[in-house]
Amino acid sequence: MALYSKEFEVKARDFDSAGEVSSNLRAILKQLSLAPDIVRRSCIVCYEAEMNIIIHSYGGTIKIEIFEDRIRIIAEDTGPGIEDIELAMKEGYSTAPEEIREMGFGAGMGLPNIKANSDFMDIKSSKDGTVVVAEILF
Amino acid sequence: MTYFHSVTLDKDRCRGCTNCIKRCPTEAIRVREGKARIINERCIDCGECIRVCPYHAKLAVTDSLEIMKNFRYKIALPAPSLYGQFKDLSINQILSALLDIGFDEVFEVAYAAEIVSKFTREALQKGNLKRPVISSACPAVVRLIQIRFPSLIDHLLNICSPMDTAAIIAKKQAVKKTGLKEEEIGVFFISPCAAKVTSIRNPVGLEKSKIDGAFSMKEIYGKILEKAKTTVVRDLRKATMIGVGWANSGGEAFGTFTENSIYVDGIHNVIDVLEEIELGKLSDLDFFEGLACIGGCIGGPLTVENPFVAKNRIRKLAESLPKREQPPVDEDLVSFEEVKWIKKIEKSEVMKLDKDISKALEMMKEIDRTHKTLPGLDCGSCGSPSCRALAEDIVKGCATENDCIFILKDKIKALAEELNDLAGKKPPVIK
Ligand SMILES: Nc1ncnc2c1ncn2[C@@H]1O[C@H](COP(=O)(O)OP(=O)(O)OP(=O)(O)O)[C@@H](O)[C@H]1O
Ligand code: SF4
Ligand code: SF4
Ligand SMILES: [Mg+2]
Repeated sequence: MALYSKEFEVKARDFDSAGEVSSNLRAILKQLSLAPDIVRRSCIVCYEAEMNIIIHSYGGTIKIEIFEDRIRIIAEDTGPGIEDIELAMKEGYSTAPEEIREMGFGAGMGLPNIKANSDFMDIKSSKDGTVVVAEILF
Repeated sequence: MTYFHSVTLDKDRCRGCTNCIKRCPTEAIRVREGKARIINERCIDCGECIRVCPYHAKLAVTDSLEIMKNFRYKIALPAPSLYGQFKDLSINQILSALLDIGFDEVFEVAYAAEIVSKFTREALQKGNLKRPVISSACPAVVRLIQIRFPSLIDHLLNICSPMDTAAIIAKKQAVKKTGLKEEEIGVFFISPCAAKVTSIRNPVGLEKSKIDGAFSMKEIYGKILEKAKTTVVRDLRKATMIGVGWANSGGEAFGTFTENSIYVDGIHNVIDVLEEIELGKLSDLDFFEGLACIGGCIGGPLTVENPFVAKNRIRKLAESLPKREQPPVDEDLVSFEEVKWIKKIEKSEVMKLDKDISKALEMMKEIDRTHKTLPGLDCGSCGSPSCRALAEDIVKGCATENDCIFILKDKIKALAEELNDLAGKKPPVIK
């Protein structure tokens, strides 16, 4: 069981709050004595998952779970889901519409970034929504 | 040993108004028993509270001019921002007036800045630093990184600031010139801010700073004005455009000659960009200059002139000077090896709840629980910067629930109602 957990709500298209969950996570992790690199990687994973909920879903939550030896980040949303997960994991693949790209998102790097910065990653998706789970080991 | 820092409180002036607690980027201030308190280890000396306090109760401690007496040969190191403080004085007038105040020599920090720019360009070209390379010239930003962004420590430009570089050169040259011992030569920085004063006592990347004292620009300002009236103007200026430009934000970035550089001023803006850098979003950037003060060092808390006026003045001054790309740097003046950091910058763990992770997590749960019972207004009336911070203070045992005026009010109301009820009750013996 997690020693600590906390859940954050993430609203679709709420760009004003973009990055807030990962900022919160940074503040939480700063209160533990973790290696700087663990903090950095956790924040990146959290940020990318948060942005994907904002951009691609109808809204969802991010749950942070901290164990003795790892951090688990669970991003769960309701939304259209990912049709082809293998394709979505490819660097540069993105279905983000033009107006999102103009805001500087949609490079198709989010999921690959989560993969690169975590020690374990799993995606489950259906046409009702998506769950991304990622873990960073201490 | 307690950590020395320059920003301090004048207790008599503080009214406990709580204006400062919210502006502090590291949540280092609390108001307790009607007076502000600074949590020493958390303070990064950015000067935000000095600027925001309506009662001028926050001060930057600097050295007294008296300490000059302890040295046989005295050198002034004016920060580039000094040049922007005076309406009608040329650089040479300012420098000459400094000599008349009692210094035997002046060594321009702006001149050292040019040399630092040159070394920075070489370091960037070598390319063995993590991108973006982050400027280490503002000590408040360096400490911020140690506390809030330790993963970015490896990005810091690992060479001395212009201030420390100036001191290294000035002392070396003076020993040669005067034949005196190093201890007999006093090197004094004329500082625009508290952060620099602190960094002399707690040097960044060095074992020990070569600087013997720091004087407040505010204090020297009046003296320069006075002496400038009668001073014999000597040709002392050696700094050129790039060095003088360092006084404004963007000056250092300009001196790197890289296209992919950005500069950001104001500590809260710097935090926003550091977050982006930590997330890897700015990895195509070569150089990042972050300065705690709005406008850069001309906006330092110990400056006199309005920063926007000073900024324009510096710009005009810099443009009137030649743009020397290759300052005369030979082994005699200073070598790259001499200004390279020799001490590792350590992360600071002042935000940590406990070194044992399960204990820390237990406390965090307790903080979350307590936070939920607070009204969530973040009003600061309790003396902590936010409801979350009060919850933290309660769990750490340095505050109580009753510090929240809304909780206190509810409790008083409940108590009053109970009193009322009791007052209405009649003892059975009375008819
Ligand atoms: N939560 C989600 N719900 C629905 N589709 C998603 C979700 N997350 C990712 N996708 C799909 O996977 C694609 C790739 O995601 P990824 O995060 O790698 O890139 P991106 O979000 O398009 O761009 P970037 O993350 O670089 O801004 C998205 O374009 C989208 O089609
Ligand atoms: S701003 Fe801070 S230091 Fe100044 S009076 Fe208010 S509480 Fe005291
Ligand atoms: S920006 Fe300049 S004046 Fe302000 S704190 Fe940093 S070094 Fe000092
Ligand atoms: Mg994405």
